[in-house]
Amino acid sequence: MATTARSFLQAISKDEVVAPPLRVVQIEGLAVLKIIKHCKEFAPTLVTGQLLGLDVGSVLEVTNCFPFPVRDDDEEIEADGANYQLEMMRCLREVNVDNNTVGWYQSTVLGSYQTLELIETFMNYQENIKRCVCIIYDPSKADLGVLALKALKLSDSFMELYRGGNFTGEKLREKNFSWMDIFEEIPIKVSNSALVSAFMTELETDTPVSQGDYDRLHSSTIPFLENNMEFLIKCMDDLSMEQQKFQYYYRNLSRQQAQQQAWLQKRRTENMARKSAGEEPLPEEDPSNPIFKPIPEPSRLESFLITNQVSNFCGQINGVAGQNFSRLYLTKALHEN
Amino acid sequence: MAAASDHTVLQFVAPSSTASATNTTVLTARIHPLVIFNVCDCFVRRPDSAERVIGTLLGSILPDGTVDIRNSYAVPHNESSDQVAVDIDYHHNMLASHLKVNPKEIIVGWYSTGAGVNGGSALIHDFYAREVTNPIHLTVDTGFTNGEGTIKAFVSSNLSLGDRQLAAQFQEIPVDLRMVDAERVGFDVLKATAVDKLPNDLEGMELTMERLLTLINDVYKYVDSVVEGQTDPDNNIGRVIADAVASLPKLPPQVFDNLVNDSLQDQLLLLYLSSITRTQLSLAEKLNTAAQML
Repeated sequence: MATTARSFLQAISKDEVVAPPLRVVQIEGLAVLKIIKHCKEFAPTLVTGQLLGLDVGSVLEVTNCFPFPVRDDDEEIEADGANYQLEMMRCLREVNVDNNTVGWYQSTVLGSYQTLELIETFMNYQENIKRCVCIIYDPSKADLGVLALKALKLSDSFMELYRGGNFTGEKLREKNFSWMDIFEEIPIKVSNSALVSAFMTELETDTPVSQGDYDRLHSSTIPFLENNMEFLIKCMDDLSMEQQKFQYYYRNLSRQQAQQQAWLQKRRTENMARKSAGEEPLPEEDPSNPIFKPIPEPSRLESFLITNQVSNFCGQINGVAGQNFSRLYLTKALHEN
Repeated sequence: MAAASDHTVLQFVAPSSTASATNTTVLTARIHPLVIFNVCDCFVRRPDSAERVIGTLLGSILPDGTVDIRNSYAVPHNESSDQVAVDIDYHHNMLASHLKVNPKEIIVGWYSTGAGVNGGSALIHDFYAREVTNPIHLTVDTGFTNGEGTIKAFVSSNLSLGDRQLAAQFQEIPVDLRMVDAERVGFDVLKATAVDKLPNDLEGMELTMERLLTLINDVYKYVDSVVEGQTDPDNNIGRVIADAVASLPKLPPQVFDNLVNDSLQDQLLLLYLSSITRTQLSLAEKLNTAAQML
């Protein structure tokens, strides 16, 4: 209870001053390791957890985190989960850990995190905490020797649109909003306490080759690329489905407009006839007529998200292919030697 | 909750008690870097009055008797000259929470900061011995008393004369500090107190290649100096180098060229495909938002 009261207080005090925009997420090595451990141990199941830390001006410090148990849709378990969360926060406070929620983390497969669910979760968090962030970790990329850690937030303009709830073409044009503007990636800084730094310097092995190097030089990225392509193809299919929906909508719309025109034409000639006959003209609008009922425009959010995913896959493929190039040239050079 | 911890304790009894009874297998402890980070963090955040912090170690026992310490949490405690008060409720609550997330991680022992074992340690160890059989005591020297951060692990055995218990003896066991997981993340990131930017994939690749190059150069230099007679030849090193050279598959140049070129073509194709998709995307977007009826 005390926690919610405190975060409320903070929320109120923050409302008064205009908060500077969030520029950097500064994350402790401890939190990084915790996230990685949790995500990796449960891969390929997707897991989430809560980030704890401090909000200092334009920097969001993530100093600790804790994992959530793997979720089931059962309601009883959900209530249990809330209890767990409170209990964990209470316990951590007792050992002087910062216990302000600053967001959550989640694992992902091949970076396919741009979903409606993420947006909904984000909006939920956003209601309680002014500034929150979502950290995404991709365990599948870790095998390639990449530290795939990303901090994301929804852009302000997107949140405004989402609250309004309409993603019609007109609104989007008005705001000049494109699919790239949904998510904002925030640069991550890693910080460690001096003590940790001392220990790590002490413990660092003398060998010039580390596990990360092995992983990077390991030349089999084929499965990764294959999966990526598969996802890409699936997304393209989805995208074309969405496109078809729009085409259907436009076709319907134009048909309806043609019908309306025809009806108006008819009504006008009728009115002319009536006028010449000296009768009252009929009204030029008829709300009861089904052809005047507006056809709902499908939301563009879905296709935006899919577009985001597709571009993400493209980026990954580019990255891995680039790595492969250097690897291949390396092999070639080695062989020639 | 009590049932859960009872349950885990029961599971744990069998392997470790036999190990300690026969005393043939030497226990080793393997530590996940997270534990070190956690201990340091707790120490930094300790209450003003506390000299040291203690906490519970979670993990599992591998089939070969190695204790794999994977997680930990701090437990508040109070220590005076002759007595130790540990917050048992807190310990149990936290344990229950951790078990909810990962039921496979059970108590394997406890840690404390400081250079070694003292009087209070025996009492706390007794407490943990009631939770699990043969717990491990890990000490992390956060004070750097000897100028280095020593990390030691102990198991305790009782010295008794007949039925009378005389003392508890702490026996040091080897600790495995090879931190494969930390290496994956990169010591560069974990070592510094502030890192501005995470390395991306190509930068990492570049670094790795540079390291490989220096290694190869080192080998060259060594071989040259042996050939010129400046260094005494060492058969073992020679064999290792020979193995490394032999591990390159011997292919005729023609076949090898084909192989490399084919792969290059594949990669180029993928690049091309992804670029064309991107172009398609931006085009589609323009058309979609520009499409205006009326």
